[in-house]
Amino acid sequence: MKSIVAIILTALLALLGGIYLQWWSVALAAFIIATLVPQKGGRAFLSGFLGVFLLWGIIAWWIDMKNEGILAKKIAAVLPLGGNEYLLILVTALIGGLVAGFAALSGSFLRASKS
Amino acid sequence: MRIAPFIVSAVVTAGLVFALNKKWGSVPPMGKFLSPQQGFWQNAEATDYDFSNDIKLSGLKGKVEVYFDERLVPHIFADNDDDLYFAQGYIHAKFRLWQMEFQTFAAAGRISEHLGNDPRFIHYDRETRRLGMGFAAERALKEMESDPVSKSGCDAYTAGVNAYIHSLTYATMPLEYKLLDYQPEEWSNLKIALFLKQMSRTLAGFETDLANTNMKSVFSFDEFMQLNKQIPDSLVPIVPKGTKFDPPGIVPVKPATADSLYFLNKDILGDVTETGMPNPNNGSNNWAVAGKKTKSGSPILCNDPHLELTFPSIWYEMQLNSPTVNVYGASFPGSPNVIIGFNDSIAFGFTNAERDVKDYYEIKFKDDSKQEYWFNGKWEKTNLRVEEIKVKGGNTVYDTVAYTVFGPVMYDKSFATDLSKGKAIACRWSAHDPSNEGLMWFNLDRAKNYDDYYKAIQVFQCPGQNMLFASKDGNIAIWQQAKFPARWYGQGLFVMPGEDSSYMWQGFIPQKENPHVMNPESGFIESSNQRPVDSTYPYFIPGNYITMRGITISRKLSGMEQITAQDMMKLQYDYFNSFAEDARPLMLKYIKENELNDSGKKYLGMVKNWDLEAGPNSTGQTVFTTWWDSLMVVVYQDELDRVKPAGLMPESLTLLEALLKDSAYQYVDNINTPKKETLYDDMAEAFNKALPVLEQEDKEGKLEWTKHEDPTIYHLLKTITAFARQHIPVGGDGNIINATTHTHGPSWRMIVQLTSNTEAYGVFPGGESGNPGSRFYDNFVEKWAHGEYYKLWMMKRSEANDTRVQWTLNLSN
Repeated sequence: MKSIVAIILTALLALLGGIYLQWWSVALAAFIIATLVPQKGGRAFLSGFLGVFLLWGIIAWWIDMKNEGILAKKIAAVLPLGGNEYLLILVTALIGGLVAGFAALSGSFLRASKS
Repeated sequence: MRIAPFIVSAVVTAGLVFALNKKWGSVPPMGKFLSPQQGFWQNAEATDYDFSNDIKLSGLKGKVEVYFDERLVPHIFADNDDDLYFAQGYIHAKFRLWQMEFQTFAAAGRISEHLGNDPRFIHYDRETRRLGMGFAAERALKEMESDPVSKSGCDAYTAGVNAYIHSLTYATMPLEYKLLDYQPEEWSNLKIALFLKQMSRTLAGFETDLANTNMKSVFSFDEFMQLNKQIPDSLVPIVPKGTKFDPPGIVPVKPATADSLYFLNKDILGDVTETGMPNPNNGSNNWAVAGKKTKSGSPILCNDPHLELTFPSIWYEMQLNSPTVNVYGASFPGSPNVIIGFNDSIAFGFTNAERDVKDYYEIKFKDDSKQEYWFNGKWEKTNLRVEEIKVKGGNTVYDTVAYTVFGPVMYDKSFATDLSKGKAIACRWSAHDPSNEGLMWFNLDRAKNYDDYYKAIQVFQCPGQNMLFASKDGNIAIWQQAKFPARWYGQGLFVMPGEDSSYMWQGFIPQKENPHVMNPESGFIESSNQRPVDSTYPYFIPGNYITMRGITISRKLSGMEQITAQDMMKLQYDYFNSFAEDARPLMLKYIKENELNDSGKKYLGMVKNWDLEAGPNSTGQTVFTTWWDSLMVVVYQDELDRVKPAGLMPESLTLLEALLKDSAYQYVDNINTPKKETLYDDMAEAFNKALPVLEQEDKEGKLEWTKHEDPTIYHLLKTITAFARQHIPVGGDGNIINATTHTHGPSWRMIVQLTSNTEAYGVFPGGESGNPGSRFYDNFVEKWAHGEYYKLWMMKRSEANDTRVQWTLNLSN
């Protein structure tokens, strides 16, 4: 239950950060939520990861759908991911998730070290 | 004791963020780039994106309405000219900012600053600066800003571009900035000047003087002139043959030392070539037919400039309307006004004059400091300009360029290490002279008749253009306009002595003596990069002329009556190969079919049975071209190999016309064999050399002309092929009306019928948006490839509710 709350809060805060701050605010969001919602290290990592993984994945997927894949196919050829737009959405979500996961882990360690 | 894991994990997080926020080699900063709220995903424009908006811009005086039609072409309505150009700058930037800035970086020799530490980029930047591009733009800027009309137009345009730049965030920035990881800088009037100078480089930057000089070390002047024939027998000039020219207003005098120091000077120059030299395929067609030849009884004007085809396109289609102007056509993102188009009274178009306006002089420096050079019997001071070339990921490169009375010393020991005997070569280029070309377009967009047009073009100095005009009051006219040096015979074909003033340009051809035609008997005017006049023109006018398209166009137009706009569309797309029509009988005459094997007979058959159309599926065109190119090498290469470091291949037409006159042409013999070869021998050798190439292409399925040529529109960042359109199924060639090659072709096709209600058509191979993530990025390509057109809509302000208006952008202060 706590984890679900953490995932949702992380996603919401990261969404807000994405509007006003730079991309790395996802780390900030995951970190803050992890210091507020008590979770063990592994769980904290997972909720941070999933919060941003889902957020980035869903936004990228939505944009891609509205764009009918025009740009994602091209970027997926440049990066190179064989021109596969869905792979690009996955990589996007993974990168965001990874940063957030480590940030959340740090947050939970900090919380633990204080208590 | 949980502090240690915290530190470890925090360091990992910070490291990850750092690594993903940084560009690694050519890999963009992945975190930043992939972030869906800010990175490239933000450039993926929804296919139903709503371009309508109301925007406040403090630089405007009043209100501007921008109506976008279904093709995203903007129709801009402003209450005054300043607001009009402000809005044009804003709209150009909104759809083409990265391209505008990148092109001016290229013009200024600043590509290393953003593309990175690569010797090729640094060489390009040094060469660009040594050619004096920055110097030329600064002089043009001064001229431009001294004219109040130009200044206020450019100031407003620049303010509009900057208003857009200031509105950007990382999320809204054009994609290329994100890929290359840099940010746009302030726009300025200097950048407008740089853009126009880049056009001069593209269109008036081609010559072969350095290679010619090496040729002269082996060939006599007469031989050289035969190999570089100035006036082809088959030439159909722009000014009809037989037109009487006035006696010359200026007669340049050949220096007394010309024979000994210039024509007979056998000194080789060494291995120097300008790598940024424009492609000689930068040609164009334009023609106008008078009312007496058209079905409507009104003139029709047509234009298709052939340039490198790129994404984003060099052209941006738009309508500009203010109380002083109502014009529609193709504009240059990076410069105000409409460049090729029409207003309510006239239409105008351009082709390149191809005249040589760039010469070189050998300079003697006193020493390596380059501070003094020998001129008119004494040591003169140079102006030293230190060029500072910033390099992304590398040290700044400083390059000292000496400016002489001729111009910048482009080549010296510090730049061209292969120059023989430590020579130094200065460049004299008419693009260096102060001028204000932009003003011409300001006035042309507003011209109502021939007199307005004639007055408008007077300010234009470089690059030389064939300026075609047609008006609703029934006139058609053309002027080849620019400031052209008056040369003595042979002047400027080779590097000239620069130790005194005797070899300098002595003056310019008076403007009124420039080639021109008005309402000719024939009922049509055409120009397509050919020599503009026949041999009776009283000046020596070398150039990089292209002859064949002019022949085809004038022949086709002569035979046409009751012409409609649809006929003109067919003509712009025409694939007929006039060169092959003349060359094929000769080739078939001198090839002995019975000596060929079965494979040879098969390919020969393709030439024999060919309909002379260079369409996309033509195999005859491929076999013919491969065979002819092989013949050029067989005939000339043995002699050219004597030139060190390399000889210069003559034009195909030179060989054809020589062989048509005399099959025992002196170069037919291979000087490396004891045997005296005949044209039969050369033709067979050429065919046999071409044969394995053709067999190989056939095996790879590339015998069809379009597969052989593979027409491609590259993005300006050539290496990103994902942004390109490859394998476009069109035919054509540089000497064919539809002049499409691998990377070049008709960059804007326009047809304007000047009936009381103008009927205009146009298309360009691209789209209005420069964003690879927009559906408007390349949506015109299909139509262009198939020779189809869009009807061009000269909108009235009262038509704001027309169904063609899809979006409205209101700009106000």
